[in-house]
Amino acid sequence: MFNLVQKRRWYFMVSGVIIGTGLLIMLYSAISTGSAFRLSIDFMGGSIYDVRFTEPGATEEGIRQVFAEQGDDGVVIQRLGEPDDYRWSVRGRFLEYQQAVEAIIRELDTLAPVDTDSLRIERVSETVGEEVTRAALLATVVAAVIITGFIVLAFRQVPKAVRYGVCAIVAMGHDLLVVMTFASLMGLLFGWEIDALFLTAILTIVGFSVQDSIIVFDRIRENIPKHIGEPYEAIVNRSLWETIHRSLATQLNVNFVLVAILLFGGETLRQFIAVLLVGLLSGQFSSIFTAVPLLVSWEKGEIPLLKGDTDLIVADARA
Amino acid sequence: MGTHYRWFAIVLMLAIGAIWIALPNTPKPDFLLRGGDENRLVQCLEEQRLNPEIDCSGFEPSFEYSQGLDIVGGLRVLLQAELPSDAFTIEELSETANSVNRRVNALGLSEATVQVQGDSRILVELPGVTDPEQAIATIQQTALLEFVDFGGLGGRGGEYVGRQILTSQQAEINQQRLVTAAEQGEEAAARAEAEIAALEADRLRNPVDGQPFQTVMTGAGLQAAVAEFDGRNWLIRFDLTSEGGEIFGPFTGARIGEPLAIVLDGEVLSAPTIEARLDTGGVITGQFTEEEAKQLALQLRSGSLAIPLRVETAEQVGATLGQESVELSLRAGFVGVLVVFSFMLIYYRLPGLMAGFALAVFILLNLALFKLIPITLTLPAITGFLISIGSAVDGNILIFERFKEELRAGRSISDSLDAGFERAWSSIRDSNISTILICGILFLFGQTPGASIVSGFALTLAVGLILNLFTAVLVTRTFLYIFILGNYQKVEQRKWLLGV
Repeated sequence: MFNLVQKRRWYFMVSGVIIGTGLLIMLYSAISTGSAFRLSIDFMGGSIYDVRFTEPGATEEGIRQVFAEQGDDGVVIQRLGEPDDYRWSVRGRFLEYQQAVEAIIRELDTLAPVDTDSLRIERVSETVGEEVTRAALLATVVAAVIITGFIVLAFRQVPKAVRYGVCAIVAMGHDLLVVMTFASLMGLLFGWEIDALFLTAILTIVGFSVQDSIIVFDRIRENIPKHIGEPYEAIVNRSLWETIHRSLATQLNVNFVLVAILLFGGETLRQFIAVLLVGLLSGQFSSIFTAVPLLVSWEKGEIPLLKGDTDLIVADARA
Repeated sequence: MGTHYRWFAIVLMLAIGAIWIALPNTPKPDFLLRGGDENRLVQCLEEQRLNPEIDCSGFEPSFEYSQGLDIVGGLRVLLQAELPSDAFTIEELSETANSVNRRVNALGLSEATVQVQGDSRILVELPGVTDPEQAIATIQQTALLEFVDFGGLGGRGGEYVGRQILTSQQAEINQQRLVTAAEQGEEAAARAEAEIAALEADRLRNPVDGQPFQTVMTGAGLQAAVAEFDGRNWLIRFDLTSEGGEIFGPFTGARIGEPLAIVLDGEVLSAPTIEARLDTGGVITGQFTEEEAKQLALQLRSGSLAIPLRVETAEQVGATLGQESVELSLRAGFVGVLVVFSFMLIYYRLPGLMAGFALAVFILLNLALFKLIPITLTLPAITGFLISIGSAVDGNILIFERFKEELRAGRSISDSLDAGFERAWSSIRDSNISTILICGILFLFGQTPGASIVSGFALTLAVGLILNLFTAVLVTRTFLYIFILGNYQKVEQRKWLLGV
């Protein structure tokens, strides 16, 4: 049996490099754009216009002019799809009156005919944006509390339950950082934004990530009494190998579906799916290559400031 | 073995039932039907007699998938009361929502919904609306309450209750709209003219002279209105302002015994008979229930001072945009299911095939549940469903891996099967529980007005994960036992069929 856990320093290094790069990207983004991520109108308030022209003629300058004439001179304009799709996405400020919106569309129509059947306009006031932000923070906190509680509950009967919980949570944090790196990078490169669906993806990833870690932990728990006398590292490695088929097979199927949606699905939810896929891949990596090896490092006292097993036994004896 | 056949029969029946529910054109019993609008259906059928091209099916109760705005296109507006929240009661807000609903209905849309949200907001959803500008304008205008002369109708006044009528006051307002529109240019004028013509054509005129009904007084002449119980009947007592009394007194004095209509936004709420001259106020009697009396009083009170509303969020989606996305999502889903199915078949062989059948049952049950619950299908909701398909085979994999482990250890097929399914349910439950919890949190997050898109995803994913507990264990087990134990010898000789 190949010792998967032995190479743990390498896994930690891979994770470290990815997350380190991610932090640099986020820092760069924060310095150059003022924020580590681009927040969507869901949180900030504002308007999004997805417009498809049926003929060429509209230019970025022309579109900017139209919005400026209606009193919105700070719009962000992006081209969507292929150049000959004539599709544009414009992000501007929140307009309260429908008349103003219709005036903009009428003016755009003079640049080139607008396909009103495929028009999508979303407007969110700042008040609602703030409410969504508050709800999002609340949801994150509640999710963190519930998931931690769940882990503690699931391992309450295992010796050193806290370790399992902490390792699962570290793996979860790993996945979150990877996803945030991805979001920040895509924001810089392609203008991707963080919206309510991004938070949905994040929380879903957390759910699945914990699930993956728990599968292996469960087997370790089962194997400890079966193989008394075997070193901890060997038991962990055995448990990893025993569950790896199952972990990979279950994760593969979700990946299949997500890749299928990414390749063949529409463009509307592409960012959501991509974030979800990156997060789930990271979760699949971290359950095998972060959470479990971390458990072994902890046991062996390799983590600075955290005591290894021998010390713990002494502590137990004293108590 | 008997239990397995019994379960097989149950699963088969469930699957057939699910197909019957999911298919659009199978006959459904009445208790499954929902929605529809009886009053407006009757009205529509009447109009249909004159013009057979009118389609009334939208007003009939039906049993179809409810589709989100991002799929059918249309308009969603969140309106915010433009008054401090202590300046109105929740009843007044819900009455304002009722007025909005009346106006939305007047637009002729069949699936519009209007809901009060929180303590100062109203959410309006108008699937399929083609002119968002007109729709929002109609919703935001202040309510028009009128007392209308029904003289000459005699006993037929009651027939107009619930119908839309055209009055002289409305005609005057429309005239002003035309003048305002004309100042904005030719295009605006033409549009306004067409809208008004359509609106006026829909509303009934006075059958006596074919002209609009005569408005006596608007809600501005009312000071107060309350519902009261006189010991036998519910009635509505109202007070007039002094200006109101100057109009209403002489009018009622001259028309004792004639009917009078109370009209809100064109709709006749009630058509009582004038019994006395009313200078300062009066009572409206009728066969009111307590609820009707209170509602009418509220309408009289707030009809004139409905809460002004401002747009807080608005989302308009073109009709074809969503349709394209749905087709793409379904195609992607089909490819995804096909890949999952092939993977299971190649990797687990015979058990994989059984898991495939269980997956088919899973999909059918989901489709039926979406209709039964009902869950509004949006693009995120469809995505949640597709992801749940991806993880629906998780349970099977867990069972099959255990099964293979036992087989390799040299145990017999039936012992290995038993071992695979032993404690399967609790392990699948444990491994799904964190995601189900997260779905609950997401669903609650989706209740925030600006994040409503999230709840569909959370709901379908959670339904899928929960349903999976049933299909992955029970359905697969039933199929596997019946097939493998039914062909024990053949399978025994061909162990490659089990993926070992």
